[in-house]
This record gives sequence, C-alpha cells and structure tokens, in this order.
Amino acid sequence: MSKFLIRRIIFGILTLFLVSIVVFAATQALPGNAARAILGRSATPERVAALTAQLHLNQSVASQYGHWLGGVLSGNLGISAATQQSVAHLIAGRLANSAFLVLVAAIVALPLSIGLGVWMAVKRDRPADHVLSMTTLVLAALPEFVIGIVLVVLLATNVAHVFPAVSLVPPGEHAWDEPSVVVLPAATLVIAVTPYISRIMRASMVEVLESDYVTMARLKGLSNRVVIWRHAVPNAIVPAIQVSALQLAYMAGGVVVIEFVFSYPGMGAQLVDSVANRDVPVVQALTIIIAAVYVILNLLADLATILVTPRLRTAGR
Amino acid sequence: MSATTATAEPFAPAPEPVRRGRAATLARATLGQSRAKVGLVIFVLILVIVIFGPLFAPHSPTEFVAAPNSGSSSHALFGADSLGRDVWSRFLYGGRSILGLALAATIIGVGLGLVIGLSAAYLGGLVDEVLMRIADVFMAFPQIVLALLLVSAFGPKLWLIVLTVGISHAPRVARVIRGAAQQLVERDFVKAAEAVGEPRRRVIFGELLPNVTSPLMVETGLRLTYSIGLIAAISFLGLGIQPPHADWGLMINENRLSLIVQPWGVMLPVIAIALLTISTGLMTDSYARVVIGIDRGE
Repeated sequence: MSKFLIRRIIFGILTLFLVSIVVFAATQALPGNAARAILGRSATPERVAALTAQLHLNQSVASQYGHWLGGVLSGNLGISAATQQSVAHLIAGRLANSAFLVLVAAIVALPLSIGLGVWMAVKRDRPADHVLSMTTLVLAALPEFVIGIVLVVLLATNVAHVFPAVSLVPPGEHAWDEPSVVVLPAATLVIAVTPYISRIMRASMVEVLESDYVTMARLKGLSNRVVIWRHAVPNAIVPAIQVSALQLAYMAGGVVVIEFVFSYPGMGAQLVDSVANRDVPVVQALTIIIAAVYVILNLLADLATILVTPRLRTAGR
Repeated sequence: MSATTATAEPFAPAPEPVRRGRAATLARATLGQSRAKVGLVIFVLILVIVIFGPLFAPHSPTEFVAAPNSGSSSHALFGADSLGRDVWSRFLYGGRSILGLALAATIIGVGLGLVIGLSAAYLGGLVDEVLMRIADVFMAFPQIVLALLLVSAFGPKLWLIVLTVGISHAPRVARVIRGAAQQLVERDFVKAAEAVGEPRRRVIFGELLPNVTSPLMVETGLRLTYSIGLIAAISFLGLGIQPPHADWGLMINENRLSLIVQPWGVMLPVIAIALLTISTGLMTDSYARVVIGIDRGE
C-alpha cells in the first residue's frame, strides 16, 4: 500500500509541476509586451518598466518561469497589477474566508447527505424514496449560480427577507465575525453537493441491505436501528467517502461562481474580479492555489478509499 | 467480459441491422420511463422557444422601449430591464447563444475525449501513459477555473470559451471511454481485425467505436448538461457573451441588482436555464438506467 501511496504522491507533485507550466503559459499568451497588456494603454512608461522588471520580462522565458516558480514556492506571489499590493497580502484574508465557507458547507453537507442516502435506501421504492430520488436528480442538474439566485429570491429579497442577499464583511474583519453572511453561500454549496453523495450512499446502502449478513443480523433479533447503523452503514459508506472527497475538491471550483453571486469576500470572487481586470499575477496565484487544493483533495480521496477498504489496505501494492 | 470467455464473439462486430435494432430498443426502453418523457417534453418546449422565439418577439432585443426597470405594461409584457429594453423580447432571443455554444462545446469535448480515450486504450503502453498524464494536468483545474485562466489571457472571446469548455470536458470523457474500450481491445473481433491487416485507424473507429456507444451517449448527455451550466455561468460572470447581446446568462448578470423591483429580468432566464439542464439531466439519467439494466444480463 505504501508503495502505491508514494507513487500517487509523486504523480501528484508531477501534475502540480505541469499545472504550474500551464498557469505560467497564460502570461506568455498575452500579445505584445505583457506588462503593457496587463496595465492597459493608459499606463505610464515608468509603471510598464517597473512591471517589466518585476516579471523579469526582459529575460528568457525559462528564466521568467524559474523566477516565478521560485517565488510561488517561497510564498512570494508577486505584486498585484491592479492594486499594487502584494498578492499574498491581498488574498490571505480571502483564502481564509473561502476555507471557512467550504468548511461550514462540508460540516452540514456530509452528515446530511449520508443520512438522506440511508433514509432513501431504508424507504426504498416507497413514496419518500421516489420523491427524494427525483429531487436529488433535479438538483444535481442545476448550475450552482441558479441555485444561489433562487435562494436569494426565496430567502433574501422577493419572497422573504431572512438572510442578507449580499455578503458584506467590513474590511479587516473575517466572514466568521458576521456568521449570517455565510448562510446562503454555504446553503448553495450544500444543495450543489448533497445530491451526488446521497445518491451514491443510497445505491451502496441498498446493496448492503440485501446482503446475507444483514438478513442474519435481523434474524438474530437485533433492533432495526442497530442493524442499520452498526452493521449496514459502516460497510456501505466506502463509496460515499470517496465521492465526498471528490465533492470537497469540486467545492474548490464551485465557490468561484457562488461567491460572485453573493459578493462573498473569498478567493472565488477575487478570481472573477482579477480576470475581469486582467490582473495576471493574482490570477496566476489563485489558479495555482485552487489547483493545488484540488490535486491534494483528489489524493485524499484515493487515500480514503484505500484506508476504508480492507482488501486494498492489505494488498501490499 | 473477460478475454478468455470471448470465444463465441463474432468475427466482426455485430452487423448493422442488429445494432440499429438495439438502438431502437434502447430508445423505446428509455422513453418508457416517465422521467424521460417529462425530460423530453421540457427539452422540446425550450428548443421551440430558442429556435422560434425571435420570430414572435414584439421588439428588437436591443431597442429601448420603456423606463428602466418598469413593470409589466401593454407595451412590455414582462416589463423593461435595467436599461429599459423589453425583457420578454430579450428572453425570446437569449437562448440561441447559450444553447449553440453549449452544443458546440459538447461536440468538441466528447469528440476529443473519444479519440483520446480510444487511442489510449488501443495503443496502450507509453502512449496511454503520456495521454493520461496530460489528462491529469487538465483535470487538476476545476472546469470553471481553467476557463477563467484562459479568458484572463486572451480576453472574453466566444471561440475561446467554447474551446476551453470543450477541452475541460475532454479528459473526463477520455477516462470513461478508455475504461470501456480497455475491456474490448483483447477480444477476438479486435484481434481478428488486426490479423487481416486492418490499419490502426480502422480498428479504432471501425471496431472499437461501435462498441462504446452506450457510455458515449451517457457522457454526451452529461457533458451537454454541464456545458449549459458552464457557458451560462461564464456569461453570468460577465466574462462570456458581451453586451448588448441578448443572452440568458448575461441577462441574469445585468438585472440581478434590480431583482426586487423587476424580478422578471432575472427569473425568466433562470427558469429557462434550470428547465434546460433539468431536461437533459432527466433524459441522460433515464438512458443510463436502461443501459445498465440491459448490459447486466449480457
């Protein structure tokens, strides 16, 4: 198993290295002088010269890449072209806000979807199962921003006014200082990922409930609750754990649009702003961070699958 | 499915009439499910609005007809948008771009993924390894982030957005197709085709392709659903279709700040996008169920 794991980690690092080349190539794609393209036509020659020096644009492409990658690895992410602030300073608070949002969503979504999946499997082919199966299928097809806007209409503006439609956080404060701003963005994420996890959990649970040892446990006279939660769920949860890790990775991308819907002060909304302003140093930093999170969570999904599957754990691959 | 039990396999893939019969059976079984019927009805309804809507639009989508954010009147059925344009007319015009771009992105993504997946499965070895590593790199970005990265480099160009969404689908499709095709490459009908000296291209597209149509159809349905969501999201972020063009995603962006006074500018396109993705999702799910059910007995 450890050999397999080391191989996966090496491939993960290799992938991230190639990802950094793709991200860097985005700057190279800018037509003409990259510094002028980033700063726009109205930029003074001094600012263009300063940015040219900062991005090492007068050196070879390989050396530019080396400088940039060295900076990323040492935590020096460069200077924002739009605000002239250090990128690390600009995005640190936003990263924390996004992490908080994903954490809140995960804490709600994971138990909720496992519970829903179990309930659907227990009530298999009864009306409750049909209604929930259909609901999750419909929700799974909806784009995140559609879910977000429907929540705004229902809970923040037209129908009822319970939560803020815009997640305003005063400068210098964090999202957790104003918990009400997290509710709707987190609810959107929960609605976006719950269908996938609960459907997998249902399918896996249905299979386990038909197995011989569950019948055996029932014949022994164990209560329904013990049979389901002690005997069936621990065996049915393996595929759900893997899908959960994948859905957490998915959230790293999902926050981009959802944060924009609510103007939530996280890295996703920042990414959209920076793309609109063509603030390349910030876009590079954010995309590489999101990709790193995504690759690491996918790695954890593999790891979780191995850990919870005894056959793979002892296979000694 | 294992290679050793495939002795009864015909020398060549099943002849055309049999396959067409299977396709008809699959279609009938898919449409036998009520969720597929609902999906199809909604899809056709939206398609009619998208194709014929502009013919019934009372105004031009860019013409100013009333005061900004004014409500419903005899002049403007669903009121005017934040700039005073007719919401109903913009809605009737606004489906073409989103559906057209989504279809194009789906075709590019599924086509590219199909070629990569089949090639990786058939050629194996180093080619397989290299193709799958490249796929890993592109799968390391959430799809929307890859699109934003390229838009930041090249600007909001439509061909670029279609291409990016397509490219971001390709590795995901390739993985599924590779998985399905790997079970086929050792089977006798492939070996037989090789033995009579068919060129690799013919083996890949003549022998393998006809046998991965089921996962291919499911992927096409899934990717179309996701393409609609992604293309709409990019326009909603203001980084796709640019004003003054009428587009459902862009309409939501333009009118969301006046949601309380004029909800229709947001609600009509939101409902249309939701119904569109739900309909493709329902049809894909019904087909996938039928395919799994039939394949289990084989």
